[in-house]
Amino acid sequence: MAELQFTPAVASPRSFLALREFWAHFSKNRGAVAAGCLLLVLLVIALLAPWLAPHSPIEQYRDSVKIPPAWLAGGSWHFVLGTDEAGRDILSRLMFGARLSLFIGFVSVVLALIPGIVLGLIAAFFAKWTDAPIMRSMDVLLALPSLLLAVAVVAVLGPGLANTMMAIGVVGLPGYVRLTRASALGELQKDYVTASRVAGAGSLRLMFSQVLPNCAAPLIVQGTLGFSTAILDAAALGFLGLGVQPPSAEWGAMLASARDYIDNAWWIVTMPGVAILITVLAINLLGDGLRDALDPKLKRMA
Amino acid sequence: MLRYFLRRIGMVIPTFIGITLLAFALIHMIPGDPVEIMMGERAVDPQMHAEALHRFGLDLPLPVQYLHYIEHAARGDLGVSVVTNISVTNEFFTRFPATIELSTCALLFALIIGVPAGVAAALKRGSAIDHGVMGTALTGYSMPIFWWGLLLIMFFSVWLGWTPVSGRISVEFDEPVVTGFMLIDTWLSGDPGAFRSAVSHLILPTIVLGTIPLAVIARMTRSSMLEVLREDYIRTARAKGLSPARVIVMHALRNALIPVVTVVGLQVGTLLAGAVLTETLFSWPGIGKWLIDAISRRDYPVVQGGILLIATLVIVVNLLVDLLYGVLNPRIRHTR
Repeated sequence: MAELQFTPAVASPRSFLALREFWAHFSKNRGAVAAGCLLLVLLVIALLAPWLAPHSPIEQYRDSVKIPPAWLAGGSWHFVLGTDEAGRDILSRLMFGARLSLFIGFVSVVLALIPGIVLGLIAAFFAKWTDAPIMRSMDVLLALPSLLLAVAVVAVLGPGLANTMMAIGVVGLPGYVRLTRASALGELQKDYVTASRVAGAGSLRLMFSQVLPNCAAPLIVQGTLGFSTAILDAAALGFLGLGVQPPSAEWGAMLASARDYIDNAWWIVTMPGVAILITVLAINLLGDGLRDALDPKLKRMA
Repeated sequence: MLRYFLRRIGMVIPTFIGITLLAFALIHMIPGDPVEIMMGERAVDPQMHAEALHRFGLDLPLPVQYLHYIEHAARGDLGVSVVTNISVTNEFFTRFPATIELSTCALLFALIIGVPAGVAAALKRGSAIDHGVMGTALTGYSMPIFWWGLLLIMFFSVWLGWTPVSGRISVEFDEPVVTGFMLIDTWLSGDPGAFRSAVSHLILPTIVLGTIPLAVIARMTRSSMLEVLREDYIRTARAKGLSPARVIVMHALRNALIPVVTVVGLQVGTLLAGAVLTETLFSWPGIGKWLIDAISRRDYPVVQGGILLIATLVIVVNLLVDLLYGVLNPRIRHTR
């Protein structure tokens, strides 16, 4: 019954029930709940990185280069996960990297989601004039494989943090437009929309306060899964040298130079990848759990 | 059938025009002067600057430039690489076989392991096998493949010394290029050592590039198989006394594979995107590495042409998959 405390006091009985129903389904999926908890921990680490990290992420300890992790011979608890080729503390870099990765993921999902919803709703509501141009432009974006589109955008804008988020946002856009349009078209057939129209509700009101809330479930799921794709793509861009630039502690960029240390310092190669894998895996598990709990069609099938 | 084909092909045309516009716009969206960016120091001289501007056709009005671009592209002329002075189309087709060879192997790898794994998981639903397959698939799906490649190189190439670290073949073999496919060329050369070298160079990149398609195919096969196994005709087939193996392979799998075929078609994009990372990691001389190298050298004609060619490829493959699907499934071609 812990979820009762999360419900705002003003919530109507209907949304309160929906939340309870959601939690009843979601909490059955232990993997998803565990993944959610793990993500909360990661979020806390990311937010508190400046206070939690034992060292500065860019400080180079020149006399402690390539120190192995603490539990190995030659390691020291001073650098728990060891140091990299420039003598920087890997654990601290990973903590600050979590900050960057989660931030990139969040911003690029928002950058794609908001225009995606607006364009999708416009395409559904004013189908006569806008549907074909909007959807055909989205087809153009979809014709380029995701990472290649991101690479193309970065090729134009140049590398860097802001451009990485922009590029990944562009990649995610068509998915949200298509999803919003498809669910909105489904809702537009329903009686409550006709009723609101007859009652004199304007298009804007219909779009955002009537239809959109009913399209939210698939968008939440897609947004969650988009979050993991964004983190993977950002890391891939960093790895290719087109993303966040060194010496920033971005997980992908940390792996870009790691290839040179493959035969003498395996921890430099391993650690950032483990961080990416765990984060992405947790988000995907959470997304699967959300989909099962939010999508009534799948619920009935199970 | 013909009407379905024509309608589907008609839908692709605006997408294709959009792609040409995008590729064309690319060079104009670069902040700064494109000539200076491409030519560097040499563009400082005003006369050379004007000459270059004229040579790239950048001194004409935009619509005229676009029409020129389309006209040339239709003839297969996508400009000349600023770095090598070789035509972009030429460069593309020299490197393309390397990417095709790698992608084909990766896809085969994904199918050969993914389909049986998905079937096994569906048949033993809820068992340890099911959980194992689905857990592995989710991990594979979440894997940053460039890191996966680094791990494999570290383990198999550096620690065990089993496979080479990069490239398509050892330097001591200099086989004549017949088809551009290393496996076929070395086979034709009749030198078993060269063929073995080509195979050993392919193993790790194949696994790395095939991992995500493998995960997708296994998940898709499982869910599609579960759906089919619920159908009445499966119960009928069982009831009339057919052996379980026959029911599974001849009745269930055949129908379950239809959606898998679509997914395989859609993986072409994933493969090409993955090729960028895999080829960079293994110094594989394909179009993915070519494109990334071009970006770091600011070789914009190559970037522009490469993007146009890759997008065209994806559009064509998706179109073929759709048409094939229409042939396989009459319900699709008769709706609307």
